[in-house]
Amino acid sequence: MSARDERPLAAVPGILFAALFATLAAQIAWQAAQPKPVARAEALETPPAVNALRVVSLGEPVALAQLLTLYLQAFDNQPGISIPFRELDYARVIDWLSAILALDPVGQYPLLMATHLYGQVPDPARERLMFAFVHTQFLQDPNRRWRWLANAALVCKHRLKDLPLALRYAREIAERAPAAPAWARQMHIILLEDLGEVASAKILIGGLLDSGEIKDEFELRFLIDRLKSLEEKGEISSSPSKN
Amino acid sequence: MYLSIQTNYSMGRQQIATLASFTLLEAWRTRLMWLFVVALALVFGAAYFLQQLAITESTRVLIAFSAAASRLAAVFVLSLYILTSLVREFNDKGLELTLSFDLRRSDYIIGRLLGFLLIAFAMALLTGLPQLIFAPLSAALQWTCSLALELVIVAALSVFCIMTFTQLMPAASFVAGFYVLARAMGAIQLISATPIVDGGALSQRVIAWVIHALALILPALDRFTQSAWLVDGAAGWPAIGACALQAIIYSALLVAAAMFDFYRRNL
Repeated sequence: MSARDERPLAAVPGILFAALFATLAAQIAWQAAQPKPVARAEALETPPAVNALRVVSLGEPVALAQLLTLYLQAFDNQPGISIPFRELDYARVIDWLSAILALDPVGQYPLLMATHLYGQVPDPARERLMFAFVHTQFLQDPNRRWRWLANAALVCKHRLKDLPLALRYAREIAERAPAAPAWARQMHIILLEDLGEVASAKILIGGLLDSGEIKDEFELRFLIDRLKSLEEKGEISSSPSKN
Repeated sequence: MYLSIQTNYSMGRQQIATLASFTLLEAWRTRLMWLFVVALALVFGAAYFLQQLAITESTRVLIAFSAAASRLAAVFVLSLYILTSLVREFNDKGLELTLSFDLRRSDYIIGRLLGFLLIAFAMALLTGLPQLIFAPLSAALQWTCSLALELVIVAALSVFCIMTFTQLMPAASFVAGFYVLARAMGAIQLISATPIVDGGALSQRVIAWVIHALALILPALDRFTQSAWLVDGAAGWPAIGACALQAIIYSALLVAAAMFDFYRRNL
């Protein structure tokens, strides 16, 4: 309807004007009187069954998997509060990651989260849980998922100081992932050499870049940032103490 | 007599074309396509926001979300447009006026549906265009073709529902329920085929039978227009051919059902 079809404002009864402003004022007053929202950390719920998720996805499991991934990724950052990863229930996190991978088996995102986010907490037990998860998932599709196990192997050596576990992962890549590049299948050599964590990570990331495995610029940026932070940590730990 | 039939046939075709062109004109004047472009812009804005949150597979996130959401938006906008357009015609007595001319009821349905189908194809094209930028060409083309076929079914379903229910609320509810069920039916069938407890119980068997029967009369929309085609690899043209066959069979069924109801109605 155009403006010319409208009657003038004078046609509206005065009482309606009064009622409009009174109700608007009442609404503003009511909202102003309400207590401010309080930030409250919510526990991570168990994910719904994969079958239920498939029904809810309406035939679009990949799209639902992406949304669930972002939900899980943002879970540590709830409105007004930030929960450290180490306080999350890791058994549930693994359930979520497994459900997402079941919906979208081609996707790599959950495995990146397992190795680079949840697998980086300063808690060996939780790190081991995540690497065990990565290992289980690797066994289901070695040619597509080897790089996450390679990353886990490096962390096992340098952070967990568990060389046998690191070597076991490296050998499994050699045995089960024929599509992995040669350097990845010879990872046990990198592990056995007396290299520091930064040097090893550089070899891994450099190898991944050379092999064209990493194409996503967001992931590239993320990995470069991680490498930089590792280098900074290395410099801090190697600089002489002032005390 | 032959000449008379041929004249009637030619006049019928002309009437169908006129109805279709008026349907397109109505869509143009009610700015349907602009509304849809705005809806698509909102979808891609939201997808871009999600892409920025992603640490890896950012393009995959963008494509998967935008494809799934724009598919839903296309279905929602088209279906609601068809329902409101026909309801308005009923309420304004435009239908009675149109039928007072020498026009067969079946030609009215075909003419209107033809117009809606052209709108559906335009919407599918608009939805598919952005995917050409992000996804491989063949995958984007197949996805767009599949969306057009899905919208053909949705258009026919909407015409059938409004002809049957004549009221917006029941018709819109039926279309929504039907669409959700048709897209979830594959997963529901899988669940009913492998019950966790006591698969031999009578109740389980009855439920499985009911679900199986429902699956027989619903179109398998979960096999149409999957965002996985854009991110994991194209479906292949044979799959699109199967979708086309399904769309032809089901839309013919819906058109027949709509005509059946329309011929029985007292106007």
